[in-house]
Amino acid sequence: MPLRYQSETAEHLAVRRAAGLFDLSHMGEITVSGPGAAAALDHAVVGQLSALAAGRARYTMMCAEDGGVVDDLVVYRTGGEEFLVVANAANTAVVHAELRRRSAGFEARITDRTGDYALIAIQGPEAAAILGPLTDADPRELKYYAGRDAIVAGHPAWLARTGYTGEDGFEIFCRPEAAEAIWNALTSAGTPAGLVPAGLAARDTLRLEAGMPLYGNELGPDVTPYDAGLGRVVKLEKPDGFVGASALAERAQAEPRRVLAGLVLASRRIPRHGYPVLADGRTVGTVTSGAPSPTLGRPIAMAYLEPAAVRDPKRGLAVDIRGRAEPADLTELPFYRRSRA
Amino acid sequence: MSVPAELRYTAEHEWLAVDGPTATVGITEFAARSLGDVVYVSLPSEGASVTAEEPCGEVESTKSVSDLYSPVDGEVTDVNADLEDDPGLVNADPYGAGWMFKVQLASGSGADDLPPGLLSAAEYEELIKDSD
Repeated sequence: MPLRYQSETAEHLAVRRAAGLFDLSHMGEITVSGPGAAAALDHAVVGQLSALAAGRARYTMMCAEDGGVVDDLVVYRTGGEEFLVVANAANTAVVHAELRRRSAGFEARITDRTGDYALIAIQGPEAAAILGPLTDADPRELKYYAGRDAIVAGHPAWLARTGYTGEDGFEIFCRPEAAEAIWNALTSAGTPAGLVPAGLAARDTLRLEAGMPLYGNELGPDVTPYDAGLGRVVKLEKPDGFVGASALAERAQAEPRRVLAGLVLASRRIPRHGYPVLADGRTVGTVTSGAPSPTLGRPIAMAYLEPAAVRDPKRGLAVDIRGRAEPADLTELPFYRRSRA
Repeated sequence: MSVPAELRYTAEHEWLAVDGPTATVGITEFAARSLGDVVYVSLPSEGASVTAEEPCGEVESTKSVSDLYSPVDGEVTDVNADLEDDPGLVNADPYGAGWMFKVQLASGSGADDLPPGLLSAAEYEELIKDSD
């Protein structure tokens, strides 16, 4: 996936206004199958995948024993005893190894199928209209966070209504040999409607505006789901426990160590990953992601802050941008929420 | 990729247009494309002294921050105030409306007195041809 095809700002705005096409084939796909597949996943990740109906998807995380995040995942139940786990590219090997280790004793088969899948995402308000004529499935009938087998541009695929942009959109998992044909068919069908190919830079600003965490920025081994404000994905009540449960149960009770907050800056300078956040000249946190927001027209950032720093939203904060304190306003996440027609 | 023949260049991807005792400075189209969308440009102040090959500002794009180097010694006589409101001019028109600052050359009065190390258009094209 290239950083950009043209101007990343233009790509970003095209996704917000019409549609963008993303080549996400670098993402990892791991299948978990067998009579014990659901139970194995319940043990291996923090969510309760056994409660997931066939054809539905869930956002979840794999945590270490100490509660730190190993990876954030989207899991599809592709059949009664079949799950498709989508992992971040850089974490696929670790997630695969951990799934194997954690499923010992369960009747489940874990297979890294990354090489068998290409992944193309079409995202934006026009996505359903562009995709519709190219598939036997009715994209509008597919629920958000659901998936199904479908024929797309003549090729079999797993078609899901998921994404990482804050817009309506679809992800198409297909055989690598079919990727070019599907990409070209979507490009031809979508170009008149304003669809453009979009790169990694636009993907990053789109997910940031939508307040979605990125592994390596907001999530990592020293972060728990609670730190990231995503405690809701942890199902402590699962009857048979899971890896990381006791550490996470403790964190669920404790005062948060830090809070993931949104910042909007007045200046044009960009608060970048790792820059200190200041209150009255004292460091109270660190920027995890920052970018100029094409939608807001101002730089935005997510940052981990001391809980005290967010208690008074009127208190002046600043980001130390290479030695100069640039004023920043606290704001609710997400920065952008699409209007649902 | 445009590399106008009448300009001089640096290995740091600045261009220099010499007009008598003053020179106008900007960054090349190659630099602008490599950076991506420029969102902020910090320029030296009018009247400031700049020194060849030393940073005198910064160019910030969505993905990175780069130092802006002065190609020559001299005194800054003018800066492009339009970039404050519209830094995208650097991408849209790097050799025109995206110019950055003007320098009164310390070395005297024109192209013959320029410091060694500046590149001709042909030499600059040679420099960037493998990285495109």
